[in-house]
Amino acid sequence: MTEKKELTCIKCPRGCGILVELEQGSIVAISGNQCNNGKEYAKKEVTNPTRILTTTVKVLKGTEKVVAVKSKEEIPKEKLLPAMEQIRKAAVEAPVVLGETILEDLCDTGIPLVATASVARKRDC
Amino acid sequence: MYDAIIIGAGVIGAAVARELSRYQCSILVLEKGEDVCVGTSKANSGLVHAGFDAKPGSLKAKYNVQGSLMMEELCRKLDVPYERNGALVLAFSQEEMETLQGLKRQGEENGVKELAILEKEQLRKQEPSLSKEAVAALYAPTAALVCPFLLTIALAENANMNGAEFLFEREVTHIQKAGEGYEVKVSSPANSGKQESYLGKNIINCAGLYSDKLHNMVSKRSYQITPVKGEYCLLDKSEATAASSTLFRVPGKMGKGVLVTRTVHGNLLLGPTAESISDKEETATSREGLEKVLTDTRHTVPDLNTGMVITSFAGLRAHERDGDFVIGEAEDAHGFFDAVGIESPGLSSAPAIGSALAGMIAEKNNFQQKEQFQEERKGIVPFVSLSPEEKEAIVKEKPAYGNMICRCEMITEGEILEAIHRPLGAKSLDGLKRRVRTGMGRCQGGFCTPKLVEILEREWGISKLKLTKTGGSSRMLADENR
Amino acid sequence: MLQYDLVIIGGGPAGLAAADSAREMGIQSILILERENKLGGILNQCIHTGFGLHTFREELTGPEYAARYIDKIREKEIEYKVSAMVIHITRDKQVTVMEKGVGLIHIQAKAIVLAMGCRERPRGALNIPGYRPAGIYSAGTAQYFVNIDGTLPGREIVILGSGDIGLIMARRLTLEGANVKCVAEIMPKSGGLKRNIVQCLEDFGIPLRLSHTVTYIHGKERVEGVTLSKVDEKLEPVPGTDEFISCDTLLLSVGLIPENELTKKLEVPMDEKTKGPVVTSEMETALPGVFACGNVVHVHDLVDHVSQEAKKAGESAARYILEEAI
Repeated sequence: MTEKKELTCIKCPRGCGILVELEQGSIVAISGNQCNNGKEYAKKEVTNPTRILTTTVKVLKGTEKVVAVKSKEEIPKEKLLPAMEQIRKAAVEAPVVLGETILEDLCDTGIPLVATASVARKRDC
Repeated sequence: MYDAIIIGAGVIGAAVARELSRYQCSILVLEKGEDVCVGTSKANSGLVHAGFDAKPGSLKAKYNVQGSLMMEELCRKLDVPYERNGALVLAFSQEEMETLQGLKRQGEENGVKELAILEKEQLRKQEPSLSKEAVAALYAPTAALVCPFLLTIALAENANMNGAEFLFEREVTHIQKAGEGYEVKVSSPANSGKQESYLGKNIINCAGLYSDKLHNMVSKRSYQITPVKGEYCLLDKSEATAASSTLFRVPGKMGKGVLVTRTVHGNLLLGPTAESISDKEETATSREGLEKVLTDTRHTVPDLNTGMVITSFAGLRAHERDGDFVIGEAEDAHGFFDAVGIESPGLSSAPAIGSALAGMIAEKNNFQQKEQFQEERKGIVPFVSLSPEEKEAIVKEKPAYGNMICRCEMITEGEILEAIHRPLGAKSLDGLKRRVRTGMGRCQGGFCTPKLVEILEREWGISKLKLTKTGGSSRMLADENR
Repeated sequence: MLQYDLVIIGGGPAGLAAADSAREMGIQSILILERENKLGGILNQCIHTGFGLHTFREELTGPEYAARYIDKIREKEIEYKVSAMVIHITRDKQVTVMEKGVGLIHIQAKAIVLAMGCRERPRGALNIPGYRPAGIYSAGTAQYFVNIDGTLPGREIVILGSGDIGLIMARRLTLEGANVKCVAEIMPKSGGLKRNIVQCLEDFGIPLRLSHTVTYIHGKERVEGVTLSKVDEKLEPVPGTDEFISCDTLLLSVGLIPENELTKKLEVPMDEKTKGPVVTSEMETALPGVFACGNVVHVHDLVDHVSQEAKKAGESAARYILEEAI
């Protein structure tokens, strides 16, 4: 009994439709993708879907109130909302430099949260 | 006890306050809204009618013609934009041409000057965008444009400069005779919903849609106000060339019909519809209403690009059952003065109504004129209207003018700070909009809203979570998320 | 009057890439004018990923993409002014700028690149009936509040228009704890990228209501709900399909319009369809020496395309300046 899953690839703006065929939970065929990224995406999406999380973190003593951040790598999809809970409580003191680690470990994934922008320190702080 | 309590800070209340502040008397203005000009005065055509519409002998005719004559000088003294652009009433058939003649005679009887009938050719020359179907028009060169917000704000500000006190978010719930005057009870959300009470020797009822309710609290001769809704579409400045004068159709049963006019700020305004409704708060537009506005407009100006609508809105006219203004002291309630049923031409009549009511009250109470009445005030100068040299100078003097906040209308932080810090200054987003036009441009506040919220928060020293669009529960933001 | 060979109006992705390429071509005297208080333009609030696959072969967030170009501008010591709004521009290439804290500055340029970007269509353009309460925001304004200001515009959200900004905001607000009730799209198909429908809506179970539009806004002071109606092939609401959806916020993501107020002062021909100036394949407007690129010309789906186009505009402007010098 072959199980079929239709996916839309999110790896690039093209958004290819991908068909994944599974037998007893194992992938037997992947079609519709136009590149290898699509194939990798499809494999992951049917077993352990992951996403990059982008949001902001509160900045203390900065020229701006928040700094844009992302998970350095993709995290499991179901961890997105729990990770937000963790991030909402976090704060970082300016200056913040693009690429700087803000949180070491997002929701026990081992994946850090990094700044995607820089924020200078307020002059009088 | 106040010598006079004015209820309502629309254009009529503000005009009465300003005229009364010429006299030595204490004045309190109570307003339900969070600002001046938030009821009927904020949503209308912004026209100074010449005065040919109203029936000869009516108060509408009397005050319109007088008000129209007073308006230009008043606007000059108060530094309010005013432009005499003239009005045309268009006839599309022989039958309508006859109506024009009748209107002209009526206007002349009312005392309107310079009325003339324009033939087709002359009409086309004057208004090239006009429908070819228009055969003639009644031309009223004395008709004009005024900004209803800035007029009301200026009147109130000037009254305040001359000593009139204003209290906002004060809704009058009871009025009763008390000794020589009246006790006015108000509920005040501004004062955590507490009941407050004010004593006034004279009460002036300028409560617009609710003027019947207030009058009926003290008088047996009852009035009844029906709200008549008018819907409008405002178009981008790019369309303002469609009409030089204000274009009316020959009037029908339900008022003057859908008109096409420039505004004093250079937009094009279409409307209003006229629909009697029951809810005095129902300022919602409808699909049918907006469609009617656009359809009727195409009849007058066929090639108008109606895709350039930047906003639409509805206003409510305070129509009294008997169809005329009620101005003066109530017969059976001495010291209680009415301005009831002030619908169109109410804005045009405001200077005359203000002056007349103030005169009546002063005479009755023997108020003496003040020696130091300040009859002029300066408006907030739009940065964009300045010459390059003036721009240079004002930025040097006040650096906030060098910070552009609204990119569509080119409004600077300097103007916004003035709008906030003047007497009776802006507390809300709409308050700023009415004073300096922020958010009135093409992007309708898309870019400047966050900056305005920031400035209001900083200047008033209150959390932005408490800032409103227009008072009450119209909060802008739900929460801080960091 | 200040003199520059090249004045670039706008310090977003288009302006930055144009400046970079003009410098590569050997133009020394360049000035970028940016009205906001930092370079980067709208990318600063686009904190999501999806930028740079073409240009940098990796997926970057908006601020990271902007930073790559800003670093180049700094390395090459290209001059720029921020909080500097161009208020006038003439056909003989005089530019009047108002710089915060400085005042009016007059600049004579040899060539100009217009890179002012675009703005969102407001509610008015849709003429939705109903009230005009607080709580109606364009998606980009809401994005600014959430991503830059750290505030939440509302808790119960309906989004009208499934353009990419609308989709991105559906996810963003969901992550921030708001309840996004649905995204309504008047067309039978979404205008946004497929990947955004998957990762912004489907991931969070947010319904996409195709062939539906908002036909009434309820609530006198703050939004209390919207009426959603199905539309027919002519995009007219179908009677009897009205549905009330309770919400405190309506976000509009109903299209972008090139921002050409300044361009119009130059009296160059405009393209009725794109709403931008008519340009040659070298990105030159009808006025020689005035070039345009990015969303001011037409609204692009991808910032990478903006950068490519801007690179060309910068090179063309440089060639113009070099040829004029001979």
